[in-house]
Amino acid sequence: MITFENVTKQYEDGTVAIEEISFTVERGTTTVLVGPSGCGKTTTMKLVNRLEDPTEGTVYRDGDPISEFDPIELRRETGYVIQEIGLFDHMTVADNIATVPRLNDWDEADIDARVDELLELMDLPPETYREQYPTELSGGQRQRVGVARAFASDPDVILMDEPFGALDPITRENLQNEFLDIQSKLDTTILFVTHSIDEALKMGDRIAIFDVGEIVQYDTPQAILNDPKTAFVEDFIGSDRPLKKLKVTNVKDVMSPTTDGFATTSGANSAAEMVQSDGGESVTPLTPTDTALSALSRLVESDHGRLPVVDDDRVVGTVSDEDLRQCNRGVQQ
Amino acid sequence: MSEIVSGFEYLIDNFDEFLTLLQQHIALVLVSELAAIAVAIPASILAVRNARARRVVLGVGNVAQTIPTLAIIALVFPLIGIGFWPSVIGLWAYAILPIITNTISGIENVSDDTVEAARGMGMTDWEVLRKIQVPLALPVIFAGIRTSIVLNVGTAYLAFFIGGGGLGLWVVGGIQLYNMPQVLAGAIPGALLAIGADLVFARIQRRLGGESDVNNPTAGAA
Repeated sequence: MITFENVTKQYEDGTVAIEEISFTVERGTTTVLVGPSGCGKTTTMKLVNRLEDPTEGTVYRDGDPISEFDPIELRRETGYVIQEIGLFDHMTVADNIATVPRLNDWDEADIDARVDELLELMDLPPETYREQYPTELSGGQRQRVGVARAFASDPDVILMDEPFGALDPITRENLQNEFLDIQSKLDTTILFVTHSIDEALKMGDRIAIFDVGEIVQYDTPQAILNDPKTAFVEDFIGSDRPLKKLKVTNVKDVMSPTTDGFATTSGANSAAEMVQSDGGESVTPLTPTDTALSALSRLVESDHGRLPVVDDDRVVGTVSDEDLRQCNRGVQQ
Repeated sequence: MSEIVSGFEYLIDNFDEFLTLLQQHIALVLVSELAAIAVAIPASILAVRNARARRVVLGVGNVAQTIPTLAIIALVFPLIGIGFWPSVIGLWAYAILPIITNTISGIENVSDDTVEAARGMGMTDWEVLRKIQVPLALPVIFAGIRTSIVLNVGTAYLAFFIGGGGLGLWVVGGIQLYNMPQVLAGAIPGALLAIGADLVFARIQRRLGGESDVNNPTAGAA
């Protein structure tokens, strides 16, 4: 758990980066700091591993003031990924990942095993990538190595400053999805900085929206979309707020329990084309974890007013455009 | 062409003396170069970490390089006399600047992101220097040593003036006596020595992964 209490950071040249910031990052969650350039989000993040120290106020780690920790020890226990990645070009991929375990004097055998494990996790086969140098890798691969390096010593807290910012949209999307998958299996507290509201909504359990030097709203993605506290937040989210909301909502949260005459075809094994309407037509079903946005997309291209939702070969509900509208009014949230 | 042949004949006729002079020449270059490396690299590291030290180090290095070598040798002579060691000191003073400028620029050209990542992972300043900055700057540092040693081979000809020996004995003596074969027998081996040193260091530098492009040591690292 990380707590900021009335934290102000003023640089020596007089610029106030952040002013009187207070918020708490719960253990095991991903909290995204999002805002325009120069809003203080990166500074806020650097206060957590003491790359910067606050001018006023206190940052706590699990209840203890961070100023009582030795900065070097603290950083070795905190994962750190930056947009430019900062891989060490004179070291192999394996040595890059092993940086913090080596600083922490791990056994070489343990380090080797950990490096292989992380490379597997990042979808970089160890036998191919261990001995490669960073300059031989593509942007996406470099970023994977950067993320693996941050996870290497299994830290409780990982700080990520625009980790996917420099990637092309497809690679970014892939890495985001893989990262969400990894994060769901681990109990790591992640502080994630981005300037993209879409990335924030996708990655964050909670989102802190920064205007210049202050947090204007700190809430769950759903709550921020339902109820933007200020005109700045509303602007920052953009005019497609209803669509963004559908994107962060799962089908299972908006569907109606009625099956509306849909039934699964007995004996069918593949998820596709196995649902029949009472008129006898086959309809490709949705799954409960699809986003409401993809449900909308399917409704738009479909002749049916309602689409079935299938879980475990059973029709568990249906979604209509009315259900989606309800969602946008926030009724079901 | 006939002069080169006669120079070669002079060399063969005086081969024992040639070996002695060559040996002296190489000893002058190696000792002063090693001393220059030993002083220049720590001084540069100090300079990178401290702005005041930087001014002093670059100032001293610049002055040492700006004074004509002959003047340095003339200065060393009344202060500590003649012979091998005074010559080494003169050559040493002249050899340090290229190493200092390259070491400083090599370390400072390591990208800020790399340094920030290293600090953020919990390396101390000393660890950042030793594990990240110096290894990444190594090709550029070696380029500085290469420049320095090639200059040094040429400068060592002047050691003769304060009794330091070396191939300068034949060259300067030959010019005074208008003995062209002797001049060439002293000059050509020195030129080959300089070219040889350059090639050896170019190879080391390439092995370290650096191109000969000194101004952009981190090219391709972005």
